[in-house]
Parts: sequence; C-alpha cells; structure tokens
Amino acid sequence: MSEAGALPVAATVTEPAQPVGGDRTYPLRHALEAMLAPLVALLASAVLFSILLLALGQSPIDFLGVVWVGAFGSWFSVRNTLQHAAPLLLTALCVALPGQLGLVIIGGEAAVVLGGLAATVAALPLVHTDPIIVQLVMAVAGAAAGALWIGISGALRAKLGVNEVIASLVLAYIGLAIFNHLVEGVLRDPSSLNKPSTYGIGDDNMMGNVPWLDIHPGIPIGIAACVLCWVLIYRTRFGFAARVTGGNMRAAQLQGLPVTRLIILSCALGGACAGLAGMIEVAAEYGRANSSLNAGYGYTGILIAFLARFNPLAIMPMALLLGGLNAAGGLMQQWMNLPDATVQVLEGIIFVAILTSDTLYGRIKWFQPRG
Amino acid sequence: MTPVATVAVAMLAGSLRVSTPFLFVSIGECLTEKSGRINLGNEGVLVLGAMAAYAISYETGNPWAGLVAAAVAGMLLGGLHGAVCSLARVNDVAMGIAIMLAGTGIAFFFGKPFVQPSAPLLPGIPFGFWSSSKDLQYALTVSPLFLLGIAAAIAMHWCFRATRVGLRIRIVGDSQDAALALGLPIDRTRFLATAVGSGLAGIGGAFLSLYYPGSWNEGLSSGQGLMAVALVVFARWNPINCIYASLLFGAAGALGPSLQTVGITWGYYLFYAAPYVVTLVVLVITARGGRSLAGMPGQLSIGR
Repeated sequence: MSEAGALPVAATVTEPAQPVGGDRTYPLRHALEAMLAPLVALLASAVLFSILLLALGQSPIDFLGVVWVGAFGSWFSVRNTLQHAAPLLLTALCVALPGQLGLVIIGGEAAVVLGGLAATVAALPLVHTDPIIVQLVMAVAGAAAGALWIGISGALRAKLGVNEVIASLVLAYIGLAIFNHLVEGVLRDPSSLNKPSTYGIGDDNMMGNVPWLDIHPGIPIGIAACVLCWVLIYRTRFGFAARVTGGNMRAAQLQGLPVTRLIILSCALGGACAGLAGMIEVAAEYGRANSSLNAGYGYTGILIAFLARFNPLAIMPMALLLGGLNAAGGLMQQWMNLPDATVQVLEGIIFVAILTSDTLYGRIKWFQPRG
Repeated sequence: MTPVATVAVAMLAGSLRVSTPFLFVSIGECLTEKSGRINLGNEGVLVLGAMAAYAISYETGNPWAGLVAAAVAGMLLGGLHGAVCSLARVNDVAMGIAIMLAGTGIAFFFGKPFVQPSAPLLPGIPFGFWSSSKDLQYALTVSPLFLLGIAAAIAMHWCFRATRVGLRIRIVGDSQDAALALGLPIDRTRFLATAVGSGLAGIGGAFLSLYYPGSWNEGLSSGQGLMAVALVVFARWNPINCIYASLLFGAAGALGPSLQTVGITWGYYLFYAAPYVVTLVVLVITARGGRSLAGMPGQLSIGR
C-alpha cells in the first residue's frame, strides 16, 4: 500500500475540509462542539430521569446524593467504583476498536465469559508453579479466547458480508451456551453445589491489589490498554488505515488498503481486550470461572464506547462514571427502595440521548469552518 | 408412544408455541424494514410488551386488555425509535441497541412488583380434541395469537402486493429519490411503519408473558427480538415466508426441551443454543455474495 496515495483520500473522509483562509480557532471550536453535544445529552438525560423520579415520588437531589456517597463519597466507595470500572475499560475497547472501521460489535459479553473460562482452564495444570507464570499464561489464554470469539464475527463480516451486529449477538448467546455446557459438565468442580464452578486457581495465584494505592489490579491494565489503543488508532499506520476504512470502506478498498485484514484484526484485538477483562475478573475476584462472569460488563461497554465516541482516552472518564453508577446500585436499593434495574433505566436514557445528540453536529453555525 | 414419536410431538408442540413471538416480531420487523429502516430495538419492545401485558392483565383481570397494553407500549417505544431516527445523522443501528437496553431497563424497573403475583393468562384453542393422546392434545392446543399472527402476515402480504399504502411503503423503502419525486412523506411513512411494526412486536411479548411460558420474569426473552432481524433476512422480506421461518426457528428452540422428555439430558445447554446456530447459518447462507439480496429494500442501512 502506498502511503502517499492513501493520504488525499483520508483528508477528504476523516477531517472536514480545512478552509483556505486563516481560521485559526476552528480546531478549538471543533473540539468544543465534540464536547458540547455529549454534555447536552447528559444534561437532557439527567432532566428526563429527574422527571421519572419525581413522578415516583422520589427526590432527584437525594438520588444524586446516594450516587455520590455510593460511588465517590469515601475511599472505600472509590475503590468499589474502580473495581466496577476496571472491566468496563476493556469491554468498551471491544466496541471502540471495531468501531473505528464503522462496525458495531455487541457480543463482548461472550468474550468476557469465554476469556475468563479459558484463563482458568489454562491456569489449572500450572497451579503449583510461579504465580507470575500462571498469571501470564492466564492473560494470554483469556485474550486469545476473546480474540477468537470476536474475530469470528469480524471474519464473517469481512469474508462473507454477514451483518456484524446480529452475528456478534448470536455468537454471544452461543458462547454463553458453550460456557454453561462446560462449566456444568466436564470442567465442573463437584464440590460447587449451588453455583456450578470450575476448580479454583488457588489463592497463591490470585492477583493482588495495586501496591501502595490498594486499588483493583484491572485499573492499571485497563488504563494501559486504553492508552495503547489510542496510540494504535491515532499514531500508527494501522490505525490510520482503520480510520480511512471507517470513513469510506469503498474508497479504502480502491486505495488498496487490506480491508478484510483490518476488519478481522481490529475485531480480534477488541475481543482480546474483552477476554482480558474476563481473565482479570477470575484472577482478581472469583478465583474460578462461574456465572458471576456474566455480569453485563459487555453490554455496559457498548454504552461507554458510544459515550466516548470510540476514543480510547475518553473511555476512561466514561468508564469511571458508569462504574460509579453501578457501584452505587446497591445503595439505591437500600436507601431509596428503588428496583435494581434503576441503573439500567438511567443508562438506557443516557444511551438514547447521546445518540440523539448526534443530530446537533453541524447545526450551530458558530462551530463550522469559516471563510 | 415410541421415543421418536414422543420427541416429534414435543417438537411440534414446542414449535407451535415458541414460534409465535418470532412470528410477530418478524412481521413487525418486516414492515419496518420494508420502509427502509432497521429496528434492532424490537428486543426491548418484546420485553416491555411482555411486562405491560402481564401487569395490565393482573390489574384488570382481563388478559385481552393486557394484549392491547402490550401493543400500545410497543408502539410508544417503536415510535420513539422512529421519531429519533428521522433526525439527520442519527444512526439507526446504534439507536436500535440503545432502544433495546432502554426498553429492557424500563420493563425490569416497572415490572419488579409483578414477578410474584400470577395474572390471568390467555386461553388456548383445543384443536387436539379428536385425539385420545394427552401429549397430542397438549401439542395441538393452539394460542389464538398464533392464528392472529398468521392472519396478520397474510394481510400484510396482501397489503404490500395490492394496496396503495403497501406500494407507498415499498417505494419509500426502495428508493428515496423516487419517493421524493412522487412527493411521498418519507419520514412520516417510516415513523408509522416503525411504530406499527413495534406494536406487533409488543404483541409477541404479550404471548411470552400471557401464554407461553406464561409468567413474567427478567429472563423471559432470550434474544428473540434480535433473532427476528436475521429471520426477516432469511424470509427475504416476505411476510408469508416469515411464517415458515418462525416455525423453523420455533422447532430449533424446542429441540433441547423435547429431547429432555425422552431422557436425553446430555448437552442441554448446547441444544439450547440451536436457534442461535440456525440464525448464524441462515445469516451466512443469505449473505453469500455480500450484496444486493433479492427482495432487500434499497434504502436499508445494513445493505448499503
């Protein structure tokens, strides 16, 4: 592929045409527009949700207070929030990476579950070796399982033209069925009666909290993954080609970009992130694979990726926000007697609002290029 | 009865029961897609419809009132999807996922108090009265909703083929330019097609909570709303084909439970996945070649 030949195409598809005259503040206004729309959406969803709460006879101020106390009020709740946010960082990447190519992958849940299972299975023969080796092998196995599962969706899309939204969701159900079949069958520890589980990886092999800060080990890994993905997307040739493809797939094909390979690779990379999330859940929380892995992280990840507009750096604050909401869910039930689906309703409203806010782009003249 | 006959009867029973929600969601989705828009939110509509039907049936004591409530709830949620997608730059695929999450969230939120109580359910029509076999009698007890669904599919087929409304929906879905030239109200047509389509999907949800399995809980739907999207592709956007496709998907869904009736419990979870495997196979078969599927509405975003 010739970089020189690819450039003019990218200039037309990824960035709005730069005006000839000196419009120095345009990049700034452009960035402001990109920040304003989600803010308007978040505000609108706050108003809508407040109306819902008022209709139920609850105070929105109280709700905000509960979320604050439950999510960020004390060091304990901050750690709880980070624990919820850690897998979300990685599952959001599972949507954001294929999203660069214009694909919507919604099957991250299965990648988490299968990643966790593969990591556990890989660790079982090694339980008496060095914990570092065990954890490395687990990470590789988890990432590989996730990469395989989401990679299938990518391959179906790239090679056969199968719609990736439906394929990834159907594959998520199939993945969960395989997981249940294995965990309740050949891989089951007979002593796990109420909650079928695999054998444990042993306490010695568990990942400890981050030393000194005492926070969830998934946080540094998730942040590193987000930063690496940002570099990959915005600072490498691969990311450039991916964004060109996302802007206009046919133009990318005409330029000779390896579109098929780009699709499969970005899906596999996203899946690897989600699989890693499953591995961390096993290695840091449960110590074994069971249905606790199926906690909806994959679905919340979709929302976070859209909130962040598929930008890996923006995923970090959004994951913190939604991790906080999830962490405060228990407190909402206890203090305000709200159903546990409250967080889901709020997330749904935010999701609808954020997508609706896409229509704001280009409507306000002040943000547009001048000259 | 021999084990094979037992499994066959159980699969027939399962197919007639499991297929009905598929049928309603798929003809609803078919209507929406014919107008040139895709609605992945019908999964949320299905769950919300199930909850609304159960709650209203419990409160009023009349399951038919619940059915109407499900259709209305579906039309409201589908109307939201239709209205927002009319705005410029809004992605209808992503919006469908948002509607799906919002719909299930709202259903779980308001449905919490109705998990315990038992509401009056819809009656079945006993077509198996001539048989002495209990299993066959059970298998041939058909829900009136199944017949309603078949009637709706035939009516929709006739509407697309022979009426002015159907022709207009097809024009809007096939060619935006032609619709503009004819002065057809594109956004309004799509909005109405989405709302009515989701109303049908809501009725499919009412079947889940008021007939089979006949209860309301948070695990009621298992992705039928989204599988219906694949089903419509398989049916080539033809409502009559949707009937056959739904029966096929229903039979696949009934495979695991049917084998259990003769004592085959190995691989229960794998057989549970049969309809998803069928969906995937159908997607791969129908997508071969990648583009311009026969019968696909030209303005559909998944085809462009």
